[in-house]
Amino acid sequence: MRVAGSIEIGAPIETIWAQVSDPGRYLHFMAGVTRWEVEGDQRTGLGARYRMLMRVRSAEIGGLIEVVESCAPTDLAWTSVLGIDQRGRWRLRARGETRTQVEFRLAYGVAGSGIPGWIAERLAAGTVQDNIRHSLQQLKRQVEHEQLRSAAAERRSLRAGSST
Amino acid sequence: MDLGQTGGAVHTNGHGDPAAAARAAAHSHNGDPSGNGAAPSAPNPLGELLGLPGRLSRLAAGAVARRIPPADLDERDPDYIRESLPGLWLLASIYFRGEVRGMGNVPEEGPVLLVGNHSGGNVTPDTSVFTLAFSSYFGVERVFHQLAHNLVVSMPGLSFLRKYGTVAASHENAKKALRSGAAVLVYPGGDYEVHRPIWERNRIDFSGRKGFLRLALEEKVPIVPVVAIGGQETAIFLSRGEALAKLLRLDRMFRLKVLPISLALPWGLNVGDMAGHLPLPAKITIEVLPAIDLEEEFGPDPDIDDVYDHLLRTMQDTLDALAAERRWPVLG
Repeated sequence: MRVAGSIEIGAPIETIWAQVSDPGRYLHFMAGVTRWEVEGDQRTGLGARYRMLMRVRSAEIGGLIEVVESCAPTDLAWTSVLGIDQRGRWRLRARGETRTQVEFRLAYGVAGSGIPGWIAERLAAGTVQDNIRHSLQQLKRQVEHEQLRSAAAERRSLRAGSST
Repeated sequence: MDLGQTGGAVHTNGHGDPAAAARAAAHSHNGDPSGNGAAPSAPNPLGELLGLPGRLSRLAAGAVARRIPPADLDERDPDYIRESLPGLWLLASIYFRGEVRGMGNVPEEGPVLLVGNHSGGNVTPDTSVFTLAFSSYFGVERVFHQLAHNLVVSMPGLSFLRKYGTVAASHENAKKALRSGAAVLVYPGGDYEVHRPIWERNRIDFSGRKGFLRLALEEKVPIVPVVAIGGQETAIFLSRGEALAKLLRLDRMFRLKVLPISLALPWGLNVGDMAGHLPLPAKITIEVLPAIDLEEEFGPDPDIDDVYDHLLRTMQDTLDALAAERRWPVLG
C-alpha cells in the first residue's frame, strides 16, 4: 500500500532539507511517530540506520530502516531492514528561491500476509494518510515560523546596528 | 491469537519427561510449586460415584500429560508471527479497539518476566493484543515466549500457538526460556483468574501463586507488570465452578481447578468453555508498568510475601485507574 502527501512551504529548499535529513527532529514534526532513533555510529547520509515506530491504531508499527538514497537537497529515501516492509521518501523541489514543494511517500506492507494483510493495509491507510498530512502541516508551520523568527532577529540586529 | 487459559506462572510438571510429567500432573492440585496452594485433596467419594474413580483420574491425567509437547523453544517461528501480524492487527484494532500503553517500560534487551492479569475465559483477547504490541514494537526477532496451561498446548487445533512461542507453563520451561534470553509472559492467576465472575472483573487475583517471584529471583531477571482491562467483559462470566471441578476431579485429571459457567455467544449457557466462545467486542486497554528489579528494590533475600503484596497492590492500583477511565462496559 502506498500513501503520499505534499505541501508547499515558504522556505528555501536547503532549510527544509536540514529538517528532514536530521533524525533528531523527526519526533518534533512527524505525527504518530513515537520513536526515531539513530542505530549505530552513522547519524545521517547513505547507510544511516534508524529505529522508527509509528502508532497505527492499536500498535506501534515500524522497525529498523536504512537510508538508501541521500541526494541533498532533493531526495532522501529509506527501506526497511527489520519489521514491516516499508519504503519512504522525501522529495523536495525548489519553486523559486524562497518556496519549496515537499512530498512525502510511504509504501508499506507485510509480504506473505495474504488477505488479512491486504485488508489491514487498506484499513491502516486512513491513519497513515492522516499522520502524513499532519506531519507535512507541522513541518510547514515549524519551518515558516523559524523563517519568521530568524527574519525578525535579522531586522532587530540591523536596527540595533544602524542606531549605534 | 487465542491463547486460552494460561497457567499459573510456574508449574512443576513440564520438564519434558512424559512419565514424570504424568506423575506430576496426577499429583498436582494447584500447579503452584511455591507450596502456597491447597493441601492434596482428600478422597472424593462423590467423584467416584460419578464414575471417575482414582485409577481413571490417573489414566486421564497421564493421557493429557503425554499430549503436552516438551518445550522446544525452537518451534517459535518469527516468519509465521510476522506474516500473521496484520491479522492480529485487524483483530486488535478493529474488533477489540486495543490500546497498549508503556511498551517503552519493557527493557530493550535481555530476559524479562512479564507478569500479567488474565481475563476472558478460554478466549483471551488481552494476550492477542499484547502479543501484537510486543512483536510490532520490538520486532519478531526479539524472542518472546508465553506460558500456557497444559490443556492449551496439548489441545488439538491449537498447535499453531507454539509458533508464537507458547510453551507449557512449568518452572523448567520458564527457566529454559529466560536463560535463552527471551522475554517470557506469565499469567500467575491462570485458569483461576481468567474465569473469575464478571463482578470481579476489575480485580487482580493470582490465587496466592508466588512461584513466578521465586523464578525471577533465581534467574535474576526483572519483572514487568502488565495490567489489562476489558477481557472479562467479553462474556458474562457467572462462576468459576470450583466445587463442580472438584466433584468431577478435574483438578486431578487436567490440573483444572475450575469448571466455569458463563453466558457467552453462541452457546448461551456455557459450561466449561472448552470449545471457547465468540467474545464480545470489548475494548481492551493494557498498561505496561515500569520494570521491577527485585534484588535492587527489595534486597538480595527479599520476603516473597512482601514482594507479592507490593506487586499485587501496584497492579491493582493501575487496574483501578484503568477502570475509572472506562465509561461503559464493553464499549470502554
